[in-house]
This record gives sequence, structure tokens and C-alpha cells, in this order.
Amino acid sequence: MKPKGRRVGGLIALIGFTVLALTGCDSPKYWPVLSPQGPVARSEYYLIIYSFILMLLVVLAVFILFFWVIIKYRARPDNADYVPPEIEGNAKLETLWTVIPILVVIALAIPTVAVTYKLVYPPKVEAATAKVVGKSITIDVISEQWKWVFKYPAQNIETVNYVDIPAGVPVNFQLTSSGPMNTFWVPALGGMEFTMPHMDLRLWLEADHPGSYLGRGAQYNGRGFAHMTFTVNALSPTDFENWVKSVQQTAPKLTQQADAQINQPGLIGKLTFSSTTPE
Amino acid sequence: MHGVVNWAVHFFMLDEGPLIWLSDFLIICASLGIVAVLTKFRLWKWLWDEWLTTVDHKKIGIMYMIAAILMLFRGGTDGLLMRAQLAWPNMHFLSADHYDQIFTTHGTIMILFMAMPAIIGFFNVAVPLQIGCRDVAFPYLNAISFWLFFFAAMLFNLSFVVGGSPDGGWTSYPPYVENQFDPGPGENYYLVALSITGIGTIATGINFLVTILRMRAPGMTFMRMPMFTWSVFVTSVIILFAFPVLAVALALLLIDRDFGSHFFTVNGGGAPMQYVNLFWFWGHPEVYIVILPIFGLMSEVISTFSHKRIFGYSAMVVSMVAIAILSFVTWVHHFFTMGAGPGVNSFFGVSTMAIAIPTGVKVFNWIFTMHKGRLEFTTAMLWSLGVIPNFLIGGLTGVMLAVPPADYQYHNSYFLIAHFHYTLIGGTVFGVFSGLYYWWPKMFGVLLNEKLGRWHFWTFMVGFNICFFPQFFLGFMGMTRRMYTYPAGYGWGVVNLISTIGAFLMGVAFIIFVYNILWSARYGERDTTGDPWDGRTLEWATTSPAPHYNFAIIPTVKGRDAWWLMKQNGESINGPKGVPFRPIHMPNNSGRPFIMSALFFILGAGFVFQWWILAIVGFVGVLICMAQRSFEYDDSHYIPVEEIEQTEAAAGRL
Repeated sequence: MKPKGRRVGGLIALIGFTVLALTGCDSPKYWPVLSPQGPVARSEYYLIIYSFILMLLVVLAVFILFFWVIIKYRARPDNADYVPPEIEGNAKLETLWTVIPILVVIALAIPTVAVTYKLVYPPKVEAATAKVVGKSITIDVISEQWKWVFKYPAQNIETVNYVDIPAGVPVNFQLTSSGPMNTFWVPALGGMEFTMPHMDLRLWLEADHPGSYLGRGAQYNGRGFAHMTFTVNALSPTDFENWVKSVQQTAPKLTQQADAQINQPGLIGKLTFSSTTPE
Repeated sequence: MHGVVNWAVHFFMLDEGPLIWLSDFLIICASLGIVAVLTKFRLWKWLWDEWLTTVDHKKIGIMYMIAAILMLFRGGTDGLLMRAQLAWPNMHFLSADHYDQIFTTHGTIMILFMAMPAIIGFFNVAVPLQIGCRDVAFPYLNAISFWLFFFAAMLFNLSFVVGGSPDGGWTSYPPYVENQFDPGPGENYYLVALSITGIGTIATGINFLVTILRMRAPGMTFMRMPMFTWSVFVTSVIILFAFPVLAVALALLLIDRDFGSHFFTVNGGGAPMQYVNLFWFWGHPEVYIVILPIFGLMSEVISTFSHKRIFGYSAMVVSMVAIAILSFVTWVHHFFTMGAGPGVNSFFGVSTMAIAIPTGVKVFNWIFTMHKGRLEFTTAMLWSLGVIPNFLIGGLTGVMLAVPPADYQYHNSYFLIAHFHYTLIGGTVFGVFSGLYYWWPKMFGVLLNEKLGRWHFWTFMVGFNICFFPQFFLGFMGMTRRMYTYPAGYGWGVVNLISTIGAFLMGVAFIIFVYNILWSARYGERDTTGDPWDGRTLEWATTSPAPHYNFAIIPTVKGRDAWWLMKQNGESINGPKGVPFRPIHMPNNSGRPFIMSALFFILGAGFVFQWWILAIVGFVGVLICMAQRSFEYDDSHYIPVEEIEQTEAAAGRL
């Protein structure tokens, strides 16, 4: 009989290479998680790669041992009268394969804990950039059924289904929900965080360069869930300041009517307002 | 009149399109077919006497397995519908509403109504035989457990054609599932059906804990128990600590929906996240409930077909206990992204990684059980060996998910979907098939065909990997779970298409399996020895299927692998010749577990539709059944010696 590993292993490799060849694996458009565009996503990416390599070593070691044993000791016509010995165990070997996993877990746990703590704080910002827009910017995010609302408290502007941020500046997203839970995810810039009613969770994200990145909700919240995407536009600090000024001067005020429409369950396009409380 | 018709059309969902009509048609055909066959062959009395009223663990085990296979079909069909919808961008095969219902029922059925009964079915099939006793500690309660599960499963499946299925995901997170956002009976079906089956599962946990503690044959000390029995013991303890928490979470949510309280609502001071904590405090141990018994039965299968005892028995036991303890301190890893501080996330990240240590010990001990053995690749062995590479991938991607900052990127993405299907299919489903091929002769006295079994295994193995391996990539590509469609241009289309092809291969494998069952029932090799695999544990010491009383004389156990030892020493399972038989005390059959569970179904339907009169009728009926049972004094009988002598003579054991 053919050992199962070769066939399946070959198949897996084939699928893997096909996927990579078809899409180009370093493109932020197709592989946002694997082509980080900011310091937060980069820290997470390094941990993903590090843990993947550690686990790959374990997989290889176990697969080699496993397939060696099942091939070498398979029943064959010429070993029909072989009587296997009764072996109780082996203290040395068993200690060995308890200690090695412990060492692997320690090797993984140390950077894990370090990065978990690090991500609570904003990424560092360059002095020149900080001069233009400040050391950080706060944006309140509210998930609705089924749209994303962004309020800029300091700038007093509101956007729906898109958010403009200055590149190179840590953005403090304050996340909440008007109803069902969701999660706020911009894979190219960093991992997700929940939005929950009556709770304010914080997520620090930062884009390295100007560019457009896709964001989406990742916690199912009803019929329109699959369409709950938004765009993150990272602008240069100067462009960002200009954008804020132009919104403040030209965009309409948020009306009761517009606010009610946003609160209704349903899908809606991109909107911009020059105030955050309905009048 | 017009109003009534409108109501009925909506209630029976006739306005929902051809999928529902087809289901209605199939349900009616199947029901009429069953009634016709039972009537034509005069089987109603047989059905009632032999099956519906039985308290025999062997028959209850068979009924659990049949139910599990039927539910695998239902849950698998849901899965195929989902994969068909996702096969290409912008598909219109299913609407968002239908897709949402189908992914909810897929997850709920696969965990609660497929994996659980399959696992508990094996408890029933194997444990009393393995420890050398005649039934479980509470046979009547065992029948109640089964029928509660069965009627809960029926109630849950009814939702597809009556009133609408739940659509909040198998995790059912509030506040989305509260009346404000998700009105209608759908979520009530989920809450009520899970509550009812949960009662049965808790009773099963108590039953097998007491059975293993109190009913082992003389000489079978704890450290001589078969590995599968050990795993059932540990699993029963987990059930006892985990399932009551689920019962509380479901009850609070049901009270919110039925009576307008505010435990988990948006307004009125509700705390939705509390539900998430309660749910996963059950939910994480639950995944160990469905994998530890598989570890146990793999140990039996690998040891049997290597013709060697299990390597490092004590380490295997210790590692199972360690996994059980750790399973209760990892639940927060299901919501690293819910804003817990870095200290909490770090703790639960590391505690989750730590589970890899005892699990690794088990994998190496299996490999060294095979080392220097003589491996026979029977179908049962193939399925158990299949678990090792598949579950390894599932487990190690689990370690990757345990890294909180990395999890921020994986959470709710297809990476997660791929991971848990590698553990639940690669672990539990492969293990269940292994157990089915292994214990089938013990259950039915017939061996499943090995050639068809191999086709079943390889088709499933290849299909499973084609289906789920690409989903790891989809996660990195930013695709999230529970999306009913996606636009072109992300590069997801081809990957999803490959995945769908794999899913349909798994469907083909299931058909081969069903064909194998039918073929083997007609033409399969009969197991006349009771020990077709040259087994090591006591279930192989008796006839296939075992006589009603299991063992004419309770065996005396002199060491681990008790039956293997007896065979080595040329001993009989009935002990030295000439020991006289004595009448055997057995529990009576009872129709009440079936009737009481049917009343639970009525009670449940009352809670689903808020028809309180129906609920009261069901509830009073349940109380009457319990009162009747309290005054039942004559609930057992003795099997006379002549009957035992006849049975034993026919089995050639005199």
C-alpha cells in the first residue's frame, strides 16, 4: 500500500503553490496579513512567521518519525511470525518528549508576552510628523447594522464607511457598537478588536505610507454582514490637514434625518459630515 | 380565513422557495416510507419492545450511532450547501438569510447532535463491556439521556421547515440574537433544543462516572482500566463541570427572549459579554469532551493493530488528566480581541500553548506503541493513523492561534475555520470512523467491508485536505467566516473553488460509507468468534453482539489488557470450568423515558413559539412521569439459569 503522507503531502504542496502562483504572495492587495503596511501589523506578522517556523519544525520532526515507524514496522508476508515485544514504556524517552515541547512553548511564550504588552501602547512617531498633526489622533468608531461610522472628536467631523488617517501617526481607534457586536479589522494595518455596545475598546493602528487599505467587520451581525467593508485612506500629514479643513468647510452638517438613516438597519454608501452630533 | 392561510404559509415557510419545498417533500416521503415498512412487516411491536423501551446500553449505543450518522448527513448537507454558495464570487445560489441559517445549523448540529451522540454512543457500546459489568449504573437514566437527545435533535431539525432556523451562528452571541435584532422562533429553537439535550448529557456524565467508579470487575484497578475507559472517565468529569454552565447561559438568554428580561440585551443594563464568557467556559472544555474519548479509542486501536501494549500507559493517563484540567483555564483565547488587558491575554495565551505539551506526549506514545510492532493497516487502523498527521496540523495551528497578537489577525478569519475543522474532523470525525470500523462487529455481529472501507478512507482523507488546507490561505487573504458571498477581485475565487471540490469529495466518501453499511449488512463477513481483531480488552471476550447480560460470570481481572492476558494463559472468560451460573439481576425495559422525552419535546415547542398552554401540558406530563417513576417498586427481573446455560452453550463457552 502507498504511504498516505506522500500523496496528501504532494497534494497540499500543489495547492499551496497554485494559490501562490495565481495571486502573488507579497501583494498587500491579495495577502494583507502577510504584507504588513504599518508597525502594528508588522509586529503581528513577525510573530506569525516565528510561530509558523517553530511549528513547521515540530510538524517535520513528527512526520518523519511517524512515517518511518509506519513504513518500517508494517506487517509483511515475510514477518508473519514476528511477535512484537511487550514494552511498558521508557522513562528517558518520555521525559525527553515532555521536555522538548516545554522548551518550544517557552521559546514561543517569551516574544508572545512581550508583543502582547507592546501593542497596548502607541507605536513610536517621528518628530517631524508629530509637528504637523500631533503625536497621535483619536477616532471614535461605531459599528451599525451594517455600516461603519467614524467620528473625529477633535476635528468635529464624521465619515461613514471610509476613514482618512495621517500616515506615520498612531491612530487611537475607540471602538463601540450601537447594537450587535462586530470586530474592526484592517488586516494590512493590524489585527482586529471587538466593537461592543456600552463598551469602549481601544485599538492602535498606524500606516507607514499613504495608501488605501480595505477594512471589514469580522463578527457576524446579521443579513448585511458580508457587505460591511470600509476603506482606510492613509494620507500624508499635510494632505490629511488639508482634507480635514476642506471637510469642515464644505461638507454638510449631520442632520437628525441623516443620523436616523444611519441608525436604521441597511446598507449605505460613503458619507461625510462636518459635525458629529445631529442637529 | 385568508388570515389563517397567510399565517400557515408563513409558519410552514412555503413562501421561502424550492429548498424548503424539497425538504418538505423528502420529510413526508421518508416518514410515510418508515410507517409503511413498519406496518407491512408488522414491526411496530418489535420497534417498541426491542428499541424504544430498551434500557440495554448496547442497544442505546447503537441508536446513538445511527442518530449520529443521520445528523452527519444533515450537517454535511448544510456544509455542502455553504460550499456551493461560496464556490465562486457573487453567487446567488443562497440568499443571505438562508446562508446565515445554514451555517448556524451546520455548526450546532455537527457539535451537539453529531459529535456528542457519536462520542456518547461509543461510551455505551464499549465501556460496560470493557470494565466487565452488565449495564451502566443507571440504565433507566441512560434511556432518558438518549431520548432527550433524540427529541431535542428532532425539535432542532424541525426548525428548517417550521417557523425558520436559528441564524445567530452556533455560538449565538447576544445582543444580535436578542428579540430586538432577531425576532421569531429561530433562536428559541436553538436555545430550547440545546437545553434539552444538555440535560441528557449531564445525566450521561453522572451515569458513566458512577459506572466506572463503582462497577468495575474485581481486580480491575484504576491503573488496569483500558485507555478508552480512562478517557470516558476523564470526559465525564469535564461534562459535569462544563455542561451546567451552558445550561445557565442558555436559560438566561431564553428568559431574555421569552420573558423580556435584560441579562444580555443592549439596553436595561444587559451585559452581552457575560454570555460570551459563560458560553466559552463550556465551549472550550466541550472540544476536549469530543476529542479525549477519540484519544482513548485511538490508543485501543493502535495498540490492537500493532499487537503491542500501549507505550507509556501511566504517561497517557497523566496527560489526559492534565488536558482536562488545562481545558478549564483557556476559555478566554476565544476572545483575545474583546479588550482584556495584556496580562489576561498573556496568561490565557500561554495556558493554551501548554496544552500542546500533554498532547505531544500522547502523539509520541502512539508512535512508540507502533515502534517494533507488527502493524496491520485495517480500515479502523487507517482512520486512527489518519488522526495523527491531521490533528497535528490542527493542534499546531491552534498553538499559532494561542499567540494573542497573531490571533488579532486570525480571529474569525478562515484561518480559524481551517484550524478547528482540522481538529474536529481530523480528530473527532476520523476517530469516530475508526471506532465505527473497530466496534461495528461488536455492535452488529458483522464486519464492515475492508475494501470499501479503504475507498471510504482515502476519498475522505484526500477530500478533507483539499477542502480545508486552502482555507488557511483564505485567512491570510483576509476572508472572514460567515460571509454569504464575496466580490471578485480579492483572489478568493479559485481558492474557494478548490475548497468546494474537496467538500464534495467528502460527500462522495460518505456515500461510499453508507453503501458499505448496506453491502456489509447483506453480504458482510459474520463475526462468529466475538474477537475478530485479536483484541486485548474485555469487550472482545464475549459474543458479537454480546448477550443481553454481557458476562455470564463477572470476570476476574489480573492485569492490564485483561482479555489478552486470559488468551495468553488459556483461560476462559467464564473462569475455571464447573463454576455454576447464578440468576442474573437485570433492569426492566420501560416506555417512560421515551414518553417523558416526547413530553419534553412538547414543553420545548411551547417555549419556542411561546404557546404557554402547550408548555404547561408538556411540563405537567413530565412531572407525572417523574412521580410515576418514584412509585415504581418492581423495576427489575432475574434471568433464570437455564436461559443463561442455553445462551452460553450456543456461544460455545460451556
